[in-house]
Amino acid sequence: MTNKLLTFATVISASALLAACGGAQNSSRDQIRAVGSSTVYPFAKAVADSLAKSNTAIKSPIIESTGTGAGMKLFCSGVGVAFPDIENASRRMKKSEYEDCAKNGVDKIAEIQIGLDGVAFAEAKGGLGIKLTPEDVYKALAANPYGKPNTAKTWKDVNAALPAEPILVYGPPSTSGTRDALKELILTVGCNANAETKALKDSDKDKYEKICTEVRSDGAYVDAGENDNLIVQKLEANPKAIGIFGFSYLEENADKLMGLTMGGIEPTYATISDFSYPGARPLYIYVKVAHLDAIKGLREYVAEWAKSWSKDGLLAKQGMVVAPDAVLANSGRIASEFTLLDPAELK
Amino acid sequence: MSDPATLSRDARIAARLNRRYAAERRFKALGFVAVLFSALVLAFLLVTMTANALGGFQRAELRFPIDFASGAMTVDPAQLEGANAMQVLEGAGLKDVVAFAASQSLGDAGAAELPDGAWREVGEALIDDPSRLGGTFQAALPASDDLAAALRKDGQPQLRGLADQLAAQGKLVTAFDWGFLSRGDATGPQDVGIWGALKGSMLTMLVTLLLAFPIGVLAAVYLEEYAPKNRWTDIIEVSINNLAAVPSIIFGLLGLAVFLAIFPNYRSAPLIGGMTLALMTMPVIVISGRNAIKAVPPSIRDAALAVGASRVQTVFHHVLPLALPGILTGTIIGMARALGETAPLLMIGMRAFVASPPDGFTSPATVLPVQIFLWSDEIDRGFVERTSAAIIVLLLFLLVMNGLAIYLRNRFEKRW
Repeated sequence: MTNKLLTFATVISASALLAACGGAQNSSRDQIRAVGSSTVYPFAKAVADSLAKSNTAIKSPIIESTGTGAGMKLFCSGVGVAFPDIENASRRMKKSEYEDCAKNGVDKIAEIQIGLDGVAFAEAKGGLGIKLTPEDVYKALAANPYGKPNTAKTWKDVNAALPAEPILVYGPPSTSGTRDALKELILTVGCNANAETKALKDSDKDKYEKICTEVRSDGAYVDAGENDNLIVQKLEANPKAIGIFGFSYLEENADKLMGLTMGGIEPTYATISDFSYPGARPLYIYVKVAHLDAIKGLREYVAEWAKSWSKDGLLAKQGMVVAPDAVLANSGRIASEFTLLDPAELK
Repeated sequence: MSDPATLSRDARIAARLNRRYAAERRFKALGFVAVLFSALVLAFLLVTMTANALGGFQRAELRFPIDFASGAMTVDPAQLEGANAMQVLEGAGLKDVVAFAASQSLGDAGAAELPDGAWREVGEALIDDPSRLGGTFQAALPASDDLAAALRKDGQPQLRGLADQLAAQGKLVTAFDWGFLSRGDATGPQDVGIWGALKGSMLTMLVTLLLAFPIGVLAAVYLEEYAPKNRWTDIIEVSINNLAAVPSIIFGLLGLAVFLAIFPNYRSAPLIGGMTLALMTMPVIVISGRNAIKAVPPSIRDAALAVGASRVQTVFHHVLPLALPGILTGTIIGMARALGETAPLLMIGMRAFVASPPDGFTSPATVLPVQIFLWSDEIDRGFVERTSAAIIVLLLFLLVMNGLAIYLRNRFEKRW
């Protein structure tokens, strides 16, 4: 009996010791940690790489691609070395997320817009070449366009000017930031074209959201997962299909794919950076100001972002759309002064 | 005149016999087709992977001579002994010397396609062998990602002319990239390496093995040799069998909720990854271990006990050595599954960009299957070949691991 008790005590004290070791290690970390959007991930990687190469005293930051929403949760869970220093976001922080952050003591956040991305619609070269508008896309993809079940089988059913070819669209899954952008920038715009539905926004917000952003699930919209390369392959195999992905993929695969016009405007660097293309969206990084002095190299990493986002900088080469000058000037100021984010601005 | 009854009976027997033979042949043929099918699928996988991976183990290199003897750079070879040798070389202007030599040999357009950090490779070569400072050094440095794409007849069309011209002069070649096996992850396909992920996988597997094997074997021994047969042991047995069938992502959630709550600072560390995978591997080892121990003939135990061995001696001297081959088979299956697992590791933060290979069990790391997953999602098309190369490395690792286990199994195998 005593023998068993002794063993038990040993096990307990051993695990306590192990935990204590972990606790002691908790007081320092020499690598920056960033979490968040898979769209920002390649850019964050490039900046991290460039920082590690130019400044050998700093260890290369660890960048995790969790998706914007999951990243926000991690970022907002507290202040301290166990929590990430930077959140990469392909949309703005929501008010509810800021409140969650503030509840856990993360109330000093600097919001830096790093550039732009576009939600591009594309098809294989030699495809249908159809000219879309947000309204057409909404009517083709919504589960219940304007409150009625979607019966459209071909593009012609949506808009008589379009060809009588079946609707087949490969797009991002519901967890993706690209899908959020699709909802906000295209579907909601198309939805608002109907005055009656638009009026719902004030009277019945939940119903409005459901009608405007729910995507049909009868096979016309195919959820292709977070792997955008897969969509490119599917488009090549089927020239009558349309794909939805980040603009940088369209740019990289320019020899296989062609972008579709949206409301008569082609997705290009120029149209996305002046927001004339409807599918343009800003990209952000959020920095925990409380970590600036505690984590070695965090200031330098943010400065490296500022160095990389100009017109002939590193990020433009990686396929990011450069933000307008006024935005960049503002971001540059925040990146050096770390002005705090004003929660009143968030929605 | 023969008897009609006998004749018909003979004919019936002959017909039945024929049917039975035919059934036998059909069964044999079906079995053969099944084997052939699996062999073909395996061959297809290996051939396509290897064909793709051949390019992945290579990189486009710019080759040009650098003349150190002419004295453009004055460095005392003795200074290259210390830890800050690279700073000494940088201070002496090695970067400019390399850039100058590149533009002399390749022209300005070609030199522009030399990446910013490429001079460091020359620096490393000089630190390796300072005597190179006295002569002409044949540099073979990675070309930029754009030029490498142009050489593959891919990417920007305006660079293809330059790529063809340099290739014709023998200054731009694709060469086997040893560095792929020694570098960590990077941004461009020209600079990436697999060593970071490989080392991460090794560390993770080591933790998994060290935890799952002893715990699994001890549990199996206790359940088979000591545990009384009652309702409690039945419940435990059912639970372990169920645990082996739980989808791996659930173990990831468990790792997130339990291990990361205890050690929040070890996110992405091989220690946590190994612990999570050990949970997944352990039930497999317990089940196979119990079966192996059950298969040891009772006469062996009886004989040992009869000559006066204690229970512990019986187990460790006789039962376990005989059961070891079976236990090892279970361990191989469990470890192979753990090696290829990504889902639980995504939950505990191993889906990350980690440029420097991990220093130890507690530094952030990624593992081979996650690295493959990350590269397959890369925008740059140079990564397609790199991904195949990483898959080959993963398969080779698996082969080595299994080979070791099979060797051990055969060594311990005893027949009676």
